[in-house]
Amino acid sequence: MNQATTPGASPAKPAARSRLWIFLIPLAAFAVLAVFLGRGLSLNPREVPSPLIGKPAPTFTLTRLNDAATSVKSADLQGKVWVLNVWASWCGPCRDEHPLWVEFARRSKVPIVGLNYKDQRANALNWLRQLGDPYAMSLFDGDGKVAIDWGVYGVPETFVIDRQGIVRFKHVGPVTPEVLGGKIEPLLKSLDG
Amino acid sequence: MDDLTSPGVPAARPRWARGNRFASLVLPRRTGGAGSAAVAWLRCLRRGLAAVAVVLLGLVGAGAAVAGEAQPLAADPELEARVMKLAAELRCLVCQNQTIADSHAGLAIDLRNQVREMLRQGKSDKEVLAYMTARYGDFVLYRPPMKETTVLLWLGPALLFAGGLVVLVVVLRRRARAGDEAFEPDPGVDDDERGPGAAGQPSR
Repeated sequence: MNQATTPGASPAKPAARSRLWIFLIPLAAFAVLAVFLGRGLSLNPREVPSPLIGKPAPTFTLTRLNDAATSVKSADLQGKVWVLNVWASWCGPCRDEHPLWVEFARRSKVPIVGLNYKDQRANALNWLRQLGDPYAMSLFDGDGKVAIDWGVYGVPETFVIDRQGIVRFKHVGPVTPEVLGGKIEPLLKSLDG
Repeated sequence: MDDLTSPGVPAARPRWARGNRFASLVLPRRTGGAGSAAVAWLRCLRRGLAAVAVVLLGLVGAGAAVAGEAQPLAADPELEARVMKLAAELRCLVCQNQTIADSHAGLAIDLRNQVREMLRQGKSDKEVLAYMTARYGDFVLYRPPMKETTVLLWLGPALLFAGGLVVLVVVLRRRARAGDEAFEPDPGVDDDERGPGAAGQPSR
C-alpha cells in the first residue's frame, strides 16, 4: 500500500500533491460527518420505526369501554380496513387531535376503533361525551397489556390495518391535518379502493 | 377531639394549640369541670378501645404492605435478579436514555412486569428480548444485534482504529526510508507536511 503512495523518484512534485491531500482528507471527513450529523439532527428521536409495519396485527380480546360485559375479538375486525387510535382521557395531546378524528368520522366510512389506554372507564366515557365520539367502537385496555402488544409507547398512537389484517401504517403522537390528509387518507383510499 | 368541647381553662393551652385538634395528642389532658368518675372512666375506656383498634389496624396494614410489596423479592429473588438483568438491557421508550430498570415511567413499570410475567412462565431471556424487539424494534435493545444495517456501528471503531494504524505505519515507514537530506534542507516544510509527531518521534 505504501509502495503505491510513495514514488520517491522526484521529491518536489509528489510532496506538493501529498500536501494537497493532507488538506483535503480532513475536509472530506468533515463533509461526511456534517452530512450524517445534519441528517441525525433532523430526525425525531421520539419516532421509533415500528417493526409491526407489514406484519399481522396483534390479536386481542377486550371489553367495550361502555360495557364491561361484552368483549370484542380482533378477529371480528378481519376483512375490513380499519384505523386503531390509542388514546386516554389523561393524555393532553389526545385532546388536541380529537377534533380531527371527530371530523374525519363524519366524512369517512372507515371505522375508527378507539383503544382506551390505562384509563378509568368513567373518565373516558365522560371525555367522549364532552368532546364527541368518533369511534365505531371503543375498547378498554385498563392495564395497557394489549397496547404493549401493539408496541405502543406514547399515546396518542394511530395504526392503519388492511383487509388482510396487516398493519400498514403507524403514527406516534397526535395526528395533524397534514398526517391525516397527506398520509392516512390516501392510504385508506388505496386500501379500500 | 373531645378536648375541644369539654369545658376547661382555654388560657392554659399554648397559643399554637388553640383550635388545633391535633394538640390533644401531645398536650397533657386537662380534667373536665363536670368530670364525674363515671364520665372519666367511660372516656378512658373509649380511649383504650381506640388505641387497641389503632394497633390492630396498624398490624393489619403492615401485614398487607409486606404481602403487597416485598413479596416478589421474597418469593423468588432469583427471578427478580433475572428480571432486573433483562430490564437493564432494555431501553425505556418514554425516557429514552434510561433502561426500563432505571426508569419510573409507567410504561417502564409495565414492561418490567411483562418481563417478570414471561420469565415466570418459563420463557428464556432470548424469548423475552425477541418479544420486545418484535414490538418495539431493535431500538429497545441497548446492545443492538449484529446485522447488515448495524455492521458499521459495530465495526466502525475497529475500522477507524485500523485506518489510524495504517496511516501511522505508512508515515513511519516513509520517514524511516527517507534519507537525512529529506529532513535537513527545509525543516519548516517537513513540520508542515508530517505533522507535529515528526519532531517528537526520533527522540522517543
